Amino acid sequence: MLSRPAESGSTSTALALSVFLVLMTAVTVYILMAKIWWFPPAITAVGHEIDGQFALTFLITGVIFVLAQIALAYTLFRFRDRGQKVTYFEGNNTMEVVWTLVTLVLFVGLGLYAQNAWAQVHFMGAAPGALPIEVTAEQFAWNFRYAGPDGKFGRESSDLVSASTGNPVGLDPNDPASKDDVVVPVMAVPVNRQVELIIRSEDVTHSFFVRELRLKQDAVPGMDIHMHFTATVPGVYEIACAELCGLGHYRMHSTLTVMSQADFNEWMKQQEAANQ
Amino acid sequence: MAGSITEAVEIIDAGRGGGTGTPAGGGDDGGSSSPLPPIPRRAYFTALQLGLAAIVMFFMALASSYIVRKGLGNDWQHTPMPAVVWFNTLILLASSGTIILARKKLEDGDREAFRSWWWVTCGLGMLFLAGQIIAWRQLSAAGILLSTNPSSSFFYLLTAAHGAHLAGGIFALFYVLFRPWKRSRISQATAAELASIYWHFMDGLWVFLLVLLTLGR
Amino acid sequence: MVTEENGGGHGNHRPPSGFIRKYVFSTDHKVIGIQYLSLALFSVFLGMGLSFLMRLHLAWPAAKWPFFRGGLMTPEQYLALMTMHGTIMVFMVLTTAPQSGFGNYFLPIQIGASDMAFPVLNMLSFWTTMVSLLVMLAAFFVPGGAPISGWTAYPPLSALGEISGPGQGTGQTLWIIGLAIFSVASLMGALNFITTLIDLRTKGMTLGHLPMTCWTWFVTAILGLLAFGVLLAACILLLLDRVAGTSFFIPGGIVISGQVIAWHKGGSPLLWQHLFWFFGHPEVYIAILPGMGMVSHLLSTFSRKPVFGYRAMVGATCAIGFLGFCVWGHHMFVSGMSPYSAFAFSMLTMTIGVPSAVKTFNWLGTIWGGKITFNCSMLFALGFVSLFVSGGLSGLFLAQPSLDLYLHDGYFVVAHFHIIMGVAAIFAVFAGLYFWFPKMFGRFLHEGVGKVHFWITFVGVYATFMPMHFLGLAGNPRRYSQMTAGPFLRALQPLHVFITIAAFITIAAQFIFLFNVFWSLFRGKEAKEMNPWHATTLEWTIPSPPPFDNFGGVAPVIYRGPYEFSVPGVADDYILQTLAPDLVRKA
Repeated sequence: MLSRPAESGSTSTALALSVFLVLMTAVTVYILMAKIWWFPPAITAVGHEIDGQFALTFLITGVIFVLAQIALAYTLFRFRDRGQKVTYFEGNNTMEVVWTLVTLVLFVGLGLYAQNAWAQVHFMGAAPGALPIEVTAEQFAWNFRYAGPDGKFGRESSDLVSASTGNPVGLDPNDPASKDDVVVPVMAVPVNRQVELIIRSEDVTHSFFVRELRLKQDAVPGMDIHMHFTATVPGVYEIACAELCGLGHYRMHSTLTVMSQADFNEWMKQQEAANQ
Repeated sequence: MAGSITEAVEIIDAGRGGGTGTPAGGGDDGGSSSPLPPIPRRAYFTALQLGLAAIVMFFMALASSYIVRKGLGNDWQHTPMPAVVWFNTLILLASSGTIILARKKLEDGDREAFRSWWWVTCGLGMLFLAGQIIAWRQLSAAGILLSTNPSSSFFYLLTAAHGAHLAGGIFALFYVLFRPWKRSRISQATAAELASIYWHFMDGLWVFLLVLLTLGR
Repeated sequence: MVTEENGGGHGNHRPPSGFIRKYVFSTDHKVIGIQYLSLALFSVFLGMGLSFLMRLHLAWPAAKWPFFRGGLMTPEQYLALMTMHGTIMVFMVLTTAPQSGFGNYFLPIQIGASDMAFPVLNMLSFWTTMVSLLVMLAAFFVPGGAPISGWTAYPPLSALGEISGPGQGTGQTLWIIGLAIFSVASLMGALNFITTLIDLRTKGMTLGHLPMTCWTWFVTAILGLLAFGVLLAACILLLLDRVAGTSFFIPGGIVISGQVIAWHKGGSPLLWQHLFWFFGHPEVYIAILPGMGMVSHLLSTFSRKPVFGYRAMVGATCAIGFLGFCVWGHHMFVSGMSPYSAFAFSMLTMTIGVPSAVKTFNWLGTIWGGKITFNCSMLFALGFVSLFVSGGLSGLFLAQPSLDLYLHDGYFVVAHFHIIMGVAAIFAVFAGLYFWFPKMFGRFLHEGVGKVHFWITFVGVYATFMPMHFLGLAGNPRRYSQMTAGPFLRALQPLHVFITIAAFITIAAQFIFLFNVFWSLFRGKEAKEMNPWHATTLEWTIPSPPPFDNFGGVAPVIYRGPYEFSVPGVADDYILQTLAPDLVRKA
């Protein structure tokens, strides 16, 4: 029957596609290696560990990415239709078994290796003596409650929530423990001290996200979710909402200030004074 | 059903009609000439089994929601089971018996008896639905409504979902009775068998839901 | 003899007369396939238009546009566009075109059947899909507009009604009803696909002789059959929470817009997430698996070589289908779900990377040693492989919960699923369309115009979606209507402008494609040969376009596997599946 003539322009198309694939790969790898758009520096030990895991994952996926794209570019150019004879084969069981096992070990190993950081964040609770801060999300603001000098959080009730009268989380004034509780719209923590967050929401689901902490946790109504971190670098960091919570989602943010213990004590005093 | 599944797998693997062997009549004029066979009868059974699998997934989603919701919330209150539900259950179990009888009569060629027993099955099915509605009325008269409590929400939802599927079954039973089967792709006996499988399944599903609602309350 | 009793899917060989029965309420799988593809074509341009408006707003949030009252897009309008873009693209395009569209048209033909097992059910499932599209689109026109809770519709935002935001009233209710109707339509379609494949294969069409396309349509249909019932149940529960005052998903003690929601208590927002993602993860495989099948088919055909490792490919397809049901929790690492189950979900998700990698290796093995023709169909298929690699590898980041802590709900995720689920699947659809267009309509799509379309699209999608990874690494959360809140977000604005420009160019190129389709339908080069690509499967043994009952009432007989290209010792470089052994010409 018909023998198919080599398509005219087959070489130029193959060349163009190969060149584009190589170029795309090179530009992507360059931008990532030059860190033009990159993570802000981590400010916790766990954050550094997560960054290490990121580096390992970048290394493995990066190598696979480059090899696969280059292999595709090379193969499609080398085997473009030049009227050559096709090498007939239907497969190779040894190769199938090898690459199945290699990718299995590689991927599952990577996943196992990653569990350490996850365990530190989630499997261990906060140490005793950690500073507790209750984080209450609402459309579209963050509220941070400190227990005050008595170290105890007072009772709250949703019936008492009223942003206009200055009670955004619904503190119960009849509970003596709630008298010295401080509720502020920004968060401050002392450096190098473990902080325990109790994350909750008054209305819909939000998500507490601080890039430098490498930490994200949904604030789910009806749940009190505990997280902990120890910030080691003083500074001012952005708290963003990372779960769609309604029309003001994009502007729901606050700040986390990490300061020395002395500054923190001073800050706390000011807040308590303002609270009276 | 397990038997029919292994059988189905064998049929799947064999390819329809011919399997791997050289097909008879092929190869003389271009290798492709045998009259297009009809839709095999078993396609209807395949489709029914697939439909039941989808229904199982639907009810499993509701049942696992029931279990999860009960475990998570602290507001779960026991919803009393109206006594009429037990009576309804007996009716539905009886209808599975009558549909077996009806099919037996059809096999024996006794169409008159088949029609009678089939009618009895339809009647029992409708009686069951009426009984379920009475159960709802009793509950709501006692002040227990859909939104009263998660357990009552699930009671109304599961009974309604099952009732809707059973109503579909009753429709199928009438369809078997009244469709002019002479001009159709399957016989009335096959249709009756399909409808009865669905009917037994609805029966079993109800028993499962009843156990869930009773033990899980 | 073929009578109505045994005439396969159709009562007779002649199509029904009359426009309505022939083209509107048709039971012919080919007409229904084209109807699905048309619905997807309409939807994809609509969804693309919505995304274009979103991108404009993201790049220049303060600019005034003529489409909006007062010229400015409000945050709720942005979120409504986002919700409807996601919903329309996922359900009406990615679920519809590769599976219901091409599957409907070519599954019966490729297995040698005259139609689907249940043609009337097939017609019903299309028109039910149509109704669900109309119900969803109606959300744009009700007071409050379309919902703003995204395609995942997490409660309580989606459950509390108008009080939680504009569009959350009637708009959200219509959205849920639309989705429930869509679930029913998909269940009917899936049931029909599976039955057809199991019971209507022609003589000799064993499982080992099935084209890869049929395998993936088959596995996809099984996923749909098992997943959509769960979505239906979830939709019913959500609807009851909204309209009947139940508390499946709404916990107690909610205070929103200064109002205490006293009548709900005890519900679990996470329960919705579990139900939704139990459906949602198989759903992403529903979108991509048929694409994998089509690409395997095309790479083989245009390299003139058998699919490398056919059995491994089938095994990988089944493994992806099975594992697809075990990994839904990786969408919920930061949801408050048990961190121990996160570990299990993470390991399973890493495992699902293995069959995906096996597929990629096999695709490279398929073209290795071949003789590659670079027509538009093949270009899009090769583009698919590149995109599949790029989009798949970012999944290895997201599967690790400790990395997901940073990346979750950010632009890295947006980049990941757009490349692998959106663009790759669409590339497969383009590849399939250039391949099958001559069979479906008797005319070729224009190759030259098609190449322009390919190049702009391929470069454009990389320029659009690759930078979104960088935004995600810099911590940009998704679903923000503007990047004005924090200083680090404002610093990312130039990249957003770049993405918008790239998206604009890519979107503009799609009108070249639209022009190509309509021009070629009437003026394209006629496909005079039955088998212009020298392909091997059954659709190439019948005229273009195929007659009403496909095989003229004569069942084809299958003698061989689907990819016998360049078999040594044979004169032609392809052997049709129907060619009897004694008719194969020796070299």
